[in-house]
Amino acid sequence: MALLQISEPGQSSKPHERNLAAGIDLGTTNSLVASVRSGQADTLPDHQGRHLLPSVVRYSANAEPVVGHDAKAAAAVDPLNTIASVKRLMGRGLDDIKHLGSNLPYEFSSTDSTVPRIKTAAGEKSPIEVSADILQVLKHRAEQTLGGELNGVVITVPAYFDDAQRQATKDAGKLAGLNVLRLLNEPTAAAVAYGLDKQGEGITAVYDLGGGTFDISILRLNKGVFEVMSTGGDTALGGDDFDLAIARWIMQQAGIRDDAGHAQLRRVLRDACAAKEALTDSESVELNIELDDGPHWQGTLTREQMHQLIDPLIQKTIVTCRRALRDAQITADEVQAVVMVGGSTRVPRVREKVGEFFQQQPMVDIDPDKVVAIGAAIQADVLAGNKPDGELLLLDVTPLSLGLETMGGLVEKIIPRNTTIPVARAQDFTTFKDGQTAMTVHVLQGERELVSDCRSLGRFTLHEIPPMVAGAARIRVTFQVDADGLLSVTAQEQTTGKEASIQIKPSYGLTDSEIETMLRDSITYARDDVEARNLREQQVEADRVIEALQAALQQDGDLLMEDEVKAIESALINLHNVRQGDDHVAIKKAIDELNEATMEFAGRRMNQSIKKALTGHQLNEFE
Amino acid sequence: MNAGLSQNYFEIFGLPEDFNIDSLQLADHYRELQKTVHPDRFANASDRDRRLAMQQAAHVNEAYHTLKSPLKRARYMLQLRGVEFDDEKETTLDPAFLMEQMELREALAEVKSTPDPFTTLGDILADIEKRISAMLKEFVEKVAAGDLQKAKSIVQKLQFLEKLKTETEGLEADLADAI
Repeated sequence: MALLQISEPGQSSKPHERNLAAGIDLGTTNSLVASVRSGQADTLPDHQGRHLLPSVVRYSANAEPVVGHDAKAAAAVDPLNTIASVKRLMGRGLDDIKHLGSNLPYEFSSTDSTVPRIKTAAGEKSPIEVSADILQVLKHRAEQTLGGELNGVVITVPAYFDDAQRQATKDAGKLAGLNVLRLLNEPTAAAVAYGLDKQGEGITAVYDLGGGTFDISILRLNKGVFEVMSTGGDTALGGDDFDLAIARWIMQQAGIRDDAGHAQLRRVLRDACAAKEALTDSESVELNIELDDGPHWQGTLTREQMHQLIDPLIQKTIVTCRRALRDAQITADEVQAVVMVGGSTRVPRVREKVGEFFQQQPMVDIDPDKVVAIGAAIQADVLAGNKPDGELLLLDVTPLSLGLETMGGLVEKIIPRNTTIPVARAQDFTTFKDGQTAMTVHVLQGERELVSDCRSLGRFTLHEIPPMVAGAARIRVTFQVDADGLLSVTAQEQTTGKEASIQIKPSYGLTDSEIETMLRDSITYARDDVEARNLREQQVEADRVIEALQAALQQDGDLLMEDEVKAIESALINLHNVRQGDDHVAIKKAIDELNEATMEFAGRRMNQSIKKALTGHQLNEFE
Repeated sequence: MNAGLSQNYFEIFGLPEDFNIDSLQLADHYRELQKTVHPDRFANASDRDRRLAMQQAAHVNEAYHTLKSPLKRARYMLQLRGVEFDDEKETTLDPAFLMEQMELREALAEVKSTPDPFTTLGDILADIEKRISAMLKEFVEKVAAGDLQKAKSIVQKLQFLEKLKTETEGLEADLADAI
């Protein structure tokens, strides 16, 4: 029979082959890559044994970008071409960036695109491209260490990242040639890293203070399921702000003007950071600041003085912690463990204040710099299919409310913050004027009531609404957030059954054609034939579909009637034949046809598995 | 097209269609179901199957959050019995209830000027919660007696109280943050 021909040896997958997977922590200050090897998750070092890769990229004309330690070392001498803390710019528009302050020493160019670009010696670079260059290095490191091509990766993002920031991160992964299995929230990743050791049950708070972002997440762990109860944070608050506060104090003391040159500002920042680190162990630190006009300024910074400078910043994080507890509807004494994540939690004052708030000693067993990457590696290993019976499941939430603009510049919330994802919610709207044939849907993210106070994610217009009297049309707007936290919005006119659906992309994201162009232009794919790449992608998808369907037929073939089996078989044989050819368009078409033919089957299988899940459960309960 | 999506929320979790629900069992069954349908279980599946999984998981989430909240559960039970809600046009018209609401709101507006605002707020919250649980009890009785119109009017009042509760909690939060 035809089905047997397809599953001949060599076509089927090798069940014992391990899929190579990695977890990537794409951080503001440093990035890491980790993987599970021989059952142990660990971060991967470079040739010189260094695990942390500074998230710094230096561009120069006619040469590959330099990423990491060497770039960081060059920051003071070549500030304009050396991009640091690019994560702060991800998913931001030019206006947001101006709002972030004049502290950024880069020059931006305004283009037609909504994505800002930094002027460098190697041309204009968007934050997404800079991030992709960092990811490239980590990808290369992982493939060298693991000895093969990566099957998929999990990239972590701050839980509080909005839709545009998540989309930008995913695009960076794509641009670096990575198969992004999942965007994972950093605090959730940290909880996974701790949770696997302890196999505990109960409520955990994850306090994550990185270089440029702060997150707090409250999670409940129960039988391998991590359920995020609430999350909160600030995408523009981190250890860098400690450095800035100290740097400002130094500038004031040393009489350095605010409009001093880039090089001077960089030096002060570097010295401020060093002073902060020195004060972890000592009561005071001597400062010796090199000034532009030759002489040095000398002074002393005491720990006490530093506390005065950074306490207001720490207090801001505590206020956010309080709100997260409230959102989770619990009190501080119900929290059984507090996990510390991020390099900035090394500052003793931070540990002290967090411990005070939660009335317990925070956990610091796992290196706070590595814990997120380790958790991501564990999740990547599960998603890549290396642990088929893995009990681990992560249920994340939306960090910010999602809604749309209604009359009077007000926001109607469709999905409130801290809703478990994936989620789909619909709401009906109607027309305002007689005979109205179009309606603009303006999608917003944020907690405030006024449109002007929320983040605009995008707008689209639904045309061809049949003319009716005001209030008669029924426009159903559906918001859908997937497991990565990415939003898509569709609108549909209900009364006439006429469908008009549109998907949105964030205002500050790259368009598909921009990504395509970047892919073509990027060094990685310069030698790569785009056609060949498209073909390869479709072949991989075809193999996936064929393999999954064969397994499904073997397992649940009895759910089908004879004529249904015949229809599926013929579509399957067709795809199998077309897949041998080199026409990616034809393969795509055959996949679509097979998907169409098996839609009903897939639905029945899903239902059966739901029933089985509960039946098994109920039987267990009677035992 | 898909029977799982047409099952009612109680059926999805294999629970009897009863307002008094075993919340531990609900949470347990929810986790079991998500372990089966969550898109992460389909990370290597075809695009179509991943999309299906996402829809199923979203549906299970919606079902869980509806049944978990007593007010949403009550409203949903009425909808299953064919009762329709049109929130924009219909509001409760019970004058005694509206009067009580106004009094509660006035008390809330004056909280900030009381000598011990947290205790006052705590008292108001306790009062609201007492009213809510009394009404839920009444709701169960009305549904059992088949008086769906009365049950609907209780749900409408509960929506008022729930909103008031949220506002009260928000006020408490504002006061706490201001310290």
